Amino acid sequence: MELTRRDAAAALAAVGATGGVALAARRTSDGPESGGDAADGEEGGDGDEDGDGLPDEAAVRASMTAVATVLYPSEVDGVEAFVGRFLDGRLDGSAHAEGVRTAVGELDATARSWHGAPVADLTESDRDRLLREVGADTAEEDPDGTLAERVRYYVVNELLLALYASPTGGELVGLENPQGHAGGTESYRRGPR
Amino acid sequence: MSAGDARSGSTGSEAVRDVDRSPVANADVCVVGAGPAGALVADRLAADREVVVLDAGPRFDPADRLARQERAIRPSDARPDVWDVGGERDAHTNSGERVYPLNHARVKGIGGSTLHWQGMVMRLHEGDFDSETERGVGADWPIDYADLRPYYAAAERELGVAGASDNPYAPPREEPHPMPAFEPSYSDSLFAEACEELGIDMHSVPNARNSEPYDGRSACVGYGTCQPVCPARAKYDATVHAERAEERGATVIDRAPVQRLEHDADRVTAAVYATPDGEEHRQAADAFVVACGGVETPRLLLLSESDEYPDGLANSSGTVGKFFMDHLFAGVGGTLDEPTRQNHVGFYTSACDQFYDEADAETAPFKLEFFNYAGPSPVEMALTGDDWGDALLERLRDGYGRHVAMGGLVEQLPRSDSYVGLDPDRTDGHGNPVPEIHWSVGDRALRTIERANEIQRSVLEELGAEIEWVAGPDATGPAYHHMGTTRMSDDPDAGVVDADCRTHDLDNCWIASSSVFPTSGAMNPTLTIAALALRVADDVERRL
Repeated sequence: MELTRRDAAAALAAVGATGGVALAARRTSDGPESGGDAADGEEGGDGDEDGDGLPDEAAVRASMTAVATVLYPSEVDGVEAFVGRFLDGRLDGSAHAEGVRTAVGELDATARSWHGAPVADLTESDRDRLLREVGADTAEEDPDGTLAERVRYYVVNELLLALYASPTGGELVGLENPQGHAGGTESYRRGPR
Repeated sequence: MSAGDARSGSTGSEAVRDVDRSPVANADVCVVGAGPAGALVADRLAADREVVVLDAGPRFDPADRLARQERAIRPSDARPDVWDVGGERDAHTNSGERVYPLNHARVKGIGGSTLHWQGMVMRLHEGDFDSETERGVGADWPIDYADLRPYYAAAERELGVAGASDNPYAPPREEPHPMPAFEPSYSDSLFAEACEELGIDMHSVPNARNSEPYDGRSACVGYGTCQPVCPARAKYDATVHAERAEERGATVIDRAPVQRLEHDADRVTAAVYATPDGEEHRQAADAFVVACGGVETPRLLLLSESDEYPDGLANSSGTVGKFFMDHLFAGVGGTLDEPTRQNHVGFYTSACDQFYDEADAETAPFKLEFFNYAGPSPVEMALTGDDWGDALLERLRDGYGRHVAMGGLVEQLPRSDSYVGLDPDRTDGHGNPVPEIHWSVGDRALRTIERANEIQRSVLEELGAEIEWVAGPDATGPAYHHMGTTRMSDDPDAGVVDADCRTHDLDNCWIASSSVFPTSGAMNPTLTIAALALRVADDVERRL
């Protein structure tokens, strides 16, 4: 099942981010070497840090996409473009965006320490193992909590919320208008297909 | 920047805007509380009168509603967090046999608790106004259904109600609802077959939610998070009337908790309110309308004690804070072996009032609801648990899709041992004693919950459901409808306000709130709150 541009727009709408305007402003200020094509996944993020020691946007995108391939079910396609479009709106310079960047930076640092490479350069099984070693599988999300709780909030649940609040994510479960998606008032009347 | 600009500028960041929260000169009417009652009164009077509204909570930025929706979905945010409820401002204590989760039950701010409400708007039945006479328990209201009937119709137009006239058990009405009812759900069609077998009637249910564009607001777009936030504003909330009141010239001051009402023997003279800068101000007016809901209204009166009113303002009867009531929830849920298509929308579309008017001294009135949101929401399930990938998807598919549930509300009788008082041992951020909730529920309500469960169980069994939970007498909880604490009575010794909702003790003070309900019935209270508020506005205008 293909994740589409509509899914990304719906996921952004569910959390109150709009995308386009913030994206244009950020890319202009980032300049030509900012890794604006990071959504294609070619940048590994290793050493891609801004002056504050945190990963730059390209590295954040690469790491989030890499984590999404672990979190999302094998039935979905188009993960990379979906995550990229979602982050276009979500990495908007807000405090939440900074939280995502910080959590990804800490997760990447842990990956380098324990597995010798940033998240995006690990194999899928090592990425899965890393998330569990960090404790993000059993942690309850908390934006101000431990590393496990922050990774759960800003990385794991960020990506799961994006998927399962989208129409395609909902349809995977049998619910084409999931909570958070403005999918209209027709589907609740329809019987199963 | 004019004073008006500065006041309206409070929608933005206060770090960059200087919000004017100073008192309004020559005010005719001061309304305390910007929930549905206060906002409707202000809107009605604003065109011809100088009206000022004071609210303890903030003016929420409409642009934040989607972010609040995310809070509603995320597990890290508790329900009170969605609208910033809690902290010192909202401190309270419980002393009754049942814990009352007050901060789950209210929102402070412009719009009040309609910001998080479900949006169900039924009229009380005729018998609800004559409980003592007709049912042998409770109290009679000093007004009857006929007195309120035109105001019900007006309230339906003001809020925007989607409904149909297919309910044979509803009280008489004079005109169709302003909008057509929402169509029944797929799961309603499953319930209908079972109910037909059992001789149980289903009918539509009135929603304060737009089934088509209404009053400049969009039709429902199906976000599915009605309770606690509608990002589309298709569900009515009282910001509609607060904003319209401002357009008509009213002044709405947010973050201005009223500390006490200054008064002489028979008139309120000023509302003393605090502002975020630590200052206190004094708002004088010719008339005062207290519209702070069923908990903060009696609290404000009790906090306004004086030598003239040593037991609390307007409390010559001794009933301020007494007779605290809520509706009790009764429910049964389970699963079928077929899809039931739940959680597409956050409201229900069918109900059953068939058993409501069988009420007597032993059995309370109750209504039944057929849920469209039984069982877990997949997106919320996805954010908890220790799995992801294919394993998570498998869990979601197993956990979603076959649930059914019925709910219902049951009347609680007014009891003197169920009350809201002041806790002398705990104070809020302003040094005022916090509300003490002492909630007690009697046997009639508990028996009626069992009766409701019996019917609900029969319907689910007829459907072939495997029953998984029952919210019976031991597991019931409040529906977050605070009522009864400044009851209405013709007798000054038996109630706080008269039939016009004007206090017996003070000539220029009205109460617009569910706190004036002598009995609660079993219907969601907001339409009655709105109807009474419109009636209060007429009385204030008549007497000014």
